[in-house]
Amino acid sequence: MLWDPAILLSAVLNGLTTGAVYALVALGLTLIYGVLHIINFAHGAALMVALYAVYLLKERLGLDPYMALPFVMAGMFVLGYFLQRVIISRASHGKDENILLVTLGLSIVLENLALVWFKSDTRSIDTAYTLSTVEIGPALIALPKLIAFAGAMVVAAVLLWVIRRTDLGRAIRAVAKEKQGAKLMGIDVERVYALSFAIGMACLGAAACFLLPAYYVNPQVGSGFVLIAFTIVVLGGMGSFAGALVGGLLIGVVESLGGLFLGDSLGQMGIFAIFILVLLFRPQGLFGARA
Amino acid sequence: MTTRRTFLTQSAAAAAVLSAPWVVRAHSATPVKVGVLHPVTGALAYSGQQCRLGALLAIEDINKAGGIKALGGAKIEALLGDAQSRPEAGSAEVEKMNAAGVSAIVGAYASAICLATTQTAAKYGLPHVVDVGVADQIVERGLKNTFRFGPGYRTCTERAITDLVALNDAAGKPAKTVMIVHEDSLFGTGTAALLSKTLPEHGFEVKEVVKHPNPTRDFNNIVLRMRSVNPDIVIPANYYNEYALLLRAMKQQKVSPKAIYSVLGGAASSYKFLKEFPDVANGIIDCNHWFNPKDARVAPLKARVEEKGAYFSYEVFMTYVSVYLLVDAIERAKSTDRAAITDALASSTFSDHLMPYGPTKFVNGQNTGAQPLLTQVIDGDIKVIIPEAYRQANAQFPVKA
Repeated sequence: MLWDPAILLSAVLNGLTTGAVYALVALGLTLIYGVLHIINFAHGAALMVALYAVYLLKERLGLDPYMALPFVMAGMFVLGYFLQRVIISRASHGKDENILLVTLGLSIVLENLALVWFKSDTRSIDTAYTLSTVEIGPALIALPKLIAFAGAMVVAAVLLWVIRRTDLGRAIRAVAKEKQGAKLMGIDVERVYALSFAIGMACLGAAACFLLPAYYVNPQVGSGFVLIAFTIVVLGGMGSFAGALVGGLLIGVVESLGGLFLGDSLGQMGIFAIFILVLLFRPQGLFGARA
Repeated sequence: MTTRRTFLTQSAAAAAVLSAPWVVRAHSATPVKVGVLHPVTGALAYSGQQCRLGALLAIEDINKAGGIKALGGAKIEALLGDAQSRPEAGSAEVEKMNAAGVSAIVGAYASAICLATTQTAAKYGLPHVVDVGVADQIVERGLKNTFRFGPGYRTCTERAITDLVALNDAAGKPAKTVMIVHEDSLFGTGTAALLSKTLPEHGFEVKEVVKHPNPTRDFNNIVLRMRSVNPDIVIPANYYNEYALLLRAMKQQKVSPKAIYSVLGGAASSYKFLKEFPDVANGIIDCNHWFNPKDARVAPLKARVEEKGAYFSYEVFMTYVSVYLLVDAIERAKSTDRAAITDALASSTFSDHLMPYGPTKFVNGQNTGAQPLLTQVIDGDIKVIIPEAYRQANAQFPVKA
């Protein structure tokens, strides 16, 4: 029954659409890791903040989540820049282990602020297209998920273009590779740090806009995504953008097929089985450069 | 200019004025301390906060109506505790409340937390009214201090099965197959096990039992299985977030069984779900804690809860009524003594409340008069469909696609 091609196709397409959003979350994480060499524990909390922003724009101002995309991305960009410049960079005193604790602390503060302001009530939005579906061959795919897939691909492409083709991208890559050298070439390293953090957060803004029409938000919502995102980042190769994208899609499909055949409790195993296999046989990740 | 001397005199006067209410209170009866213990932070925070709201509304009403008459109008003073969604944190709060000299405790929503808090309270002979906590172990350990006013988990599941059979028979047995989707902790797993054991005895074929973790981010796979199994009835046993995602995915994948039927939780006992997903909710049936729809006190209470920006969920009215059960016992005990209150609870015949229960009678701490109701979302509102005494609308079974 489950081997029916129609069901298999549905599961794969569904996995790809879920995976695209995972990829967006992971792209932000991998950018921040690649450049700043920090593991951003506040990533899940930041996603939660972005989701609440999308929620409030919809509920208070009636702004459609997709229309809100530029505003939420811009807002998250500014927030990211500010966080890095004013809090993380200052509190770290140049030590990586400090940054780790600062981001962890930030996540706790953000989650508890959300708990105070929004209570722990789960909220979701209702849009005209929430329940719409599109037929792709024999498979029915929810319209919001399809849009999320397309949108995530566009955002990822823009990000890759920025990193590969622009001066800012070159500066980011230079700082990621060799901080001292970049500094000697006249690159403002602190500014590049802040911009990288800001771009990573903007990715979360985009993810939030694509996610909310098909999902929900509560103060703990980020933690469910951040573990997956960490897995994807390690799987794809720490700091590799192509790796995060492919890793995200792969994890989405593995989760979906695992869920289909093993049930959703056991299906999660597939993700971590792949994770362990990659660590054993290709520790630098699928797309990572050998250290 | 204020000299030091005038400042001192003024301060003394101000202090006297400020302390005056205390002086007045000292002349009337000393307040009765009651512990209100719920998981108001952590994973269960939403439900815990709803429970606390219910308790505080009840205490406000009782105090406004003149407090406890048998104790000279003594007011109830709530000691609020947070179980942090963890049993051991719940126990620690009981210890604190005991040290603070409470006469009784009302709480603690979740089964696992109730198991711990009732046991700790038993050490001190501290009466503990369980407001929700549906696991039957809570009242099966012979603890003398533990009283559960609402129905337990077995009563609810058995009732759900009896009513499902009745609905199906009345409609000419259109439904034969069942698929159960449950979350993988105690509540979901236990419900699923009980259902898959009992339903075949009534001629239903349980085609598939699927479990999922909390949180599950995507339900499309489960719904794909559902499409391939094509069951007549889908029985979800999970918490709100996952329930909502599951039902949304079913709607998207155009899976419409003859009935969606939940035990303890679901759209037909949640005004929140009704408001958030009006298109999905229609026709859904629940067997859950529900109030007596014919009681005149329900509408004003519901309005007050909604005024505070909250939903009138089962947590609110279950805890609200639990506080009244306790106060009724304190009135009859005519004392704040723990043993006297425990005895009064054990012999309770409390009947002046808004739940659809028979006469209150505690057997081993369980109110044998308690029962769940069967509700269905009909025309955008929640209506009681079974039993007949509380019926507001006729059941729609099977649901029209």
